[in-house]
Order: sequence, then structure tokens, then C-alpha cells
Amino acid sequence: MRIFVCVKQVPDTSGTVAVNEDGTLNRASMETIINPDDLIAMEQALQIKDETGCQVTAVTMGPPPAEGMLRELVAMGADDAILISGREFGGSDTFATSQIIAAGITHVGLQEDDMVFCGRQAIDGDTAQVGPQIAEKLGLPQISYASEITKEGNEVTVKRMLEDGYMMIKTKTPCLITCISDQDKKARYMSLAGIKHSYESPYQIFDFEELKDEPLIQPDKIGLKGSPTNIFKSFTPPQKGIGEMLEGADMKTAETLAAKLLEKHAI
Amino acid sequence: MDFSLTKEQEMLKKLAAQFAEEELEPMAQEIDEQHVFPVENFAKMAKQGFTGVNIPEEYGGAGGGQLEKAICVEEFCKKCMSSGATLSIHLMAPETILKHGTKEQKEKYLPQLTKGGVLGAFALTEPSAGTDAAGVRTTAVYDEATDEYILNGTKCFITGGSRADILVIFAMTEPKLGTKGMSAFIVERAFEGFDHGKIENKMGLNGSETAELVLEDCRVPAKNMLGKKNKGFGMAMGALDSARVGVAAQAVGCAEGALELAVQYASERVQFGKPINRLQGIQWYLAEMKTKTEAAKALMLNAVYAAETKKRYSIEASMAKLFCSQTAREVVNLALQIHGGYGYMHDYPLERMYRDAKLTEIYEGTSEVQKLVISRSLVK
Repeated sequence: MRIFVCVKQVPDTSGTVAVNEDGTLNRASMETIINPDDLIAMEQALQIKDETGCQVTAVTMGPPPAEGMLRELVAMGADDAILISGREFGGSDTFATSQIIAAGITHVGLQEDDMVFCGRQAIDGDTAQVGPQIAEKLGLPQISYASEITKEGNEVTVKRMLEDGYMMIKTKTPCLITCISDQDKKARYMSLAGIKHSYESPYQIFDFEELKDEPLIQPDKIGLKGSPTNIFKSFTPPQKGIGEMLEGADMKTAETLAAKLLEKHAI
Repeated sequence: MDFSLTKEQEMLKKLAAQFAEEELEPMAQEIDEQHVFPVENFAKMAKQGFTGVNIPEEYGGAGGGQLEKAICVEEFCKKCMSSGATLSIHLMAPETILKHGTKEQKEKYLPQLTKGGVLGAFALTEPSAGTDAAGVRTTAVYDEATDEYILNGTKCFITGGSRADILVIFAMTEPKLGTKGMSAFIVERAFEGFDHGKIENKMGLNGSETAELVLEDCRVPAKNMLGKKNKGFGMAMGALDSARVGVAAQAVGCAEGALELAVQYASERVQFGKPINRLQGIQWYLAEMKTKTEAAKALMLNAVYAAETKKRYSIEASMAKLFCSQTAREVVNLALQIHGGYGYMHDYPLERMYRDAKLTEIYEGTSEVQKLVISRSLVK
């Protein structure tokens, strides 16, 4: 049994956010972190590893420096890591990215009792599309917004969080699950023993040459050319002015509010 | 000399910094105010493997060396001196056992200290033997009938003495021989005749309990003698060299932490209509602090390098300890000055750091002793 955990290196938006003149993020000048939801996906996988001793494989697509992030995940407890990296993959949107990651997972081979975990969404794009798209491309059942995952045999039970409650869902492996962070859940630290061996653990780089024979790798479905998303414009929205608070639960306050909304043509 | 870190060491530094920020810093003020040893913090350190950072993996350690130890101590001390000092001093016990212990002693005691969550302590100092370590009065008399040594005496100012379960204790096996009659023993708290006395009410480093040890006919199996009989003094001096590098790392961490706070505060505090970091007086303070801190760090790393490559490194250790501790006091002082009245308040960490930093000039050998060690190499 193996759990593939898909992770992404993202700019650390808690620090200074640098924006280029054309409105896009200046990624090169920003610190990078492991996407927070992906860290939780790794924690969920490691908890299952603690119980079952299964293999946990960290997978990312990105430039070569993403190796540092993968090694950190190994230091947390992942058994091995795969970096999917190549110029042919550059410029991919979520469609192309999921196509390539799915090809990477297929290249390793997905067994009957394997699972794929992803974070719900990345803090740079916030699309929440890559996980579900990987599931579609691998033909796997998918459960999103998972906060708890338990596995017994080939049956997986997931607590799926909704805005106003949660649902319990069961499915069979192989499957894909996207995980969300909550206040009570914190990813474990790297261990010193893990750090010491992080650069000795199995590590593979899948470039275009390695993956080119996978059926999912088609020239019109990967990289910039294979990306149906077109960004017309990126910009930083102007800051809103300070709002005005009206206090009171009486008719007069309501009338004042209505008058102000009318004045602004909001109603 | 290349002091750049390997990728693994960079990762360790990142982990230690994250751990210090998330686990140690939130407790720093509370443990200082309540004068209490942070049991949970030590347990968390053990869980991650910090408590055996420089001990080989075969004994439950993380397989690092002096540099890995310095990285962790430095990062911890940026946020909480008590916690960083606790780690630094705890490591003296496993380091000494690793260096001088028998295979049996190492297999029995090291895993407990490295990953078992057991705190270690190192007990040399006595009321009459501070700077003059040769003045140890505690005796160890061999009892042939039981194959035990019977220890009698009092140790004082022992960091972690009230909490440690495994201690390296120095006692005179042949008092008339002076320093050539001192031996070391591994003592378990559970041994008959061992107890701790009063816990000192210190000026700073309050999260690290400093206690008196009372040995009253304390029976220690002869097999727990560490190293050879009457060779304890040299072992103690060797252990102190390592401990002094540890104090240098503590002091550098403290200075770096104070500098970070000063830079931050100077950018936020507005006086005369602008942040005070626009004032040249403050800028000069910051420049001075940064320069001294970097110089101290270079000297500390020089001592780490010496410790990893040379058999004797007393001079390097003493120079690092002397300069880093002095720097910590000066940098914290300036950081507090930049904070003005707020720096003097308990609500801000600087007054705590000011009290904590002072100890680095005193323990593991005062600054004056360091000068003695250094000058002896010059004046023959």
C-alpha cells in the first residue's frame, strides 16, 4: 500500500508580497513554503503510515529547487519523493498540471490499495482544481475537503467538511482525497533523524524523456500550449476605504441605512 | 575557513527556528516569571531528537556533531534562553558518557538521555570549588564488600539538578592527590543517598532550575565509575571546553534575538513624526550590534570547528565564550536602550534577556577564568 501525496511549493504570502509591473507575482523575490493544505495532506498520510506502515511518496511538479521541499517532507516521515520537472512542462495551468502529475503517478503504477492525497487548494492560485482533475484523469473516485481519513482494508471513510456541517463518505481504494487544514490539525515537525537521512532516501526526477511514453503526455495537453486557461490581466485591487458602522436596531437606523444605500445606488 | 552549512544543517536550522518560535517562545515569559522548568518543552525536544543532537545514532542520537549542537542551541536561545541553556547543559552528560564511558555504560544510559526524555546534569561545582575546580571536597570511598563507591558531599549551582535523573558527578577518590585524585561517576537519581537540596532563586535563566545536590552515603556501583580512577579532573576540563562552546552559542543566539527585536521595534516606534530607525543615533546602535554579533558568531564557529577537528581546543573555546558572552550583554543592553521605557517592562522580552545574558559571563567558567586560560597560552 502506498499513498502518493501531491504537494506544491508556493510563495510565502505571510511575508512581503512582491508584485511585478504586469500584476503577476514576483515569485523569484519571495520566500517559498510548502503549501499549507498540502502539509496537512502529508500529515494525514503519515498518520495512516503510523498505523499501517504503508509507504508514503511525496510528488511535486516544479523547477529543480523544489527538491529542498521534497527533502523536508522526507525528513517529516515520507519514504521517498518524486520531482516532475522539465521545460516542456513549464507554463502549465491546472488542466495541464493535473495531466502531467497523473502521468507521473501512472508511471510509478497505482495499485489496488493505493491512495492519492492532495491539499484542497494552493494559496497562490486558490483554484482547488488540480486534485479533482488528477482524480478524473486517473479514473479514481474522489472526495474533497477531507478533515479525517480512516482506512480499513480497501474501504476508506472520510469526514468531508461543508460550510454548515460535515458528511461521512465511504469509498474504495484506489481513490483520491483532497485535505483541508483546520485549527486543531497541525503537521508534524521534521525529526532530527529524518533530516539526517533526508538526502539519502530514494529520490526520482521524472523529466519529459522519462514520461513521454505515458498516454497522458500529449503535446497539446501539457505545458503552456496544452493549457486552456488564458490570463488576460492581473492586477492588485485598489484598497477599499474605511467602512461606516451604523449602530442601533431601530427604525431610524434602518432608514439611515436605506438612505445611504440609495445614495450609493446599491438599492 | 568555510562556515557554510550543508543542506541537512540548513534544514536543521530551519526546524530549530520553527520549533523555538512555535514551542519555546510562547512559554518563555511564563517560565521566567514562575521560575519553573518547562517539563513539556523538554519532552517535545526529546521527541524531535534535539536531546541527542550530537550523539551517534547507535545510541539513540541524531548523529550530529558540535556544529549541529550549536545550531540548535543558538536558535533556541534567540527565543528562550532558559530552554536553549537547558539543552546545551543537558548534553554535557551524554557527551561525557560517550567520550569516556564503557560500552555497557553507553548502552544503558545514552538512549535514555538522547531519546528517552531523561534530563542529564553535570555536577562539578561545590561551595568551595567554583572557579577553582580543584577545590572539590566531595569524597568517594570504595566499599569492597559491596563493590560500590560511597559518595559524600554537596554540589551547588547544578543546572537541572532538581530534575535530572542521570548525572555525571565528580568526587575525590584520593583527596591527598589533589586534582590527580578526582574521579567521575554516573549517578542515578534513584540511588540511595542522593537528593537535591534547595533550588536557587536566580536573577535570570529562571526556566532552568539550578539546584544544590546532597550526597549522603550515596551508594554508586563501582561499574558506574566513568573513565579511569583518578582521571576525573582532565575529563571535567575537557567537558567544560565543550560546554563553553555551548555557552558561546547561547550568547550568540541571545544577541541575535535581541537584535531582531531591536530592528523590529525601531521600525515601528514613531517619535518626532518618524520611525526611530530614521535617527542616526539608533542606526549607529544597530550597526554596532550587528557587527559585534557577527564577530561573536564567527568566533563561536571557529571554536566549533576547533572542537570538531582538534584534540584540545581550550583556547578557542575560552575566546569564544569570553567574547560571545560579553557581546550578548552589550547587544541586549543596547536593544533594551532602543526600546526605552518599554524595554524595562516585564511585558517585553528584553528585560528577561538582559538578566539571562548576564549569566553567560559567569557559568561554565567566569570571563576572568577564560582570560586566565587564554593568557596562559601567551605568557609562559
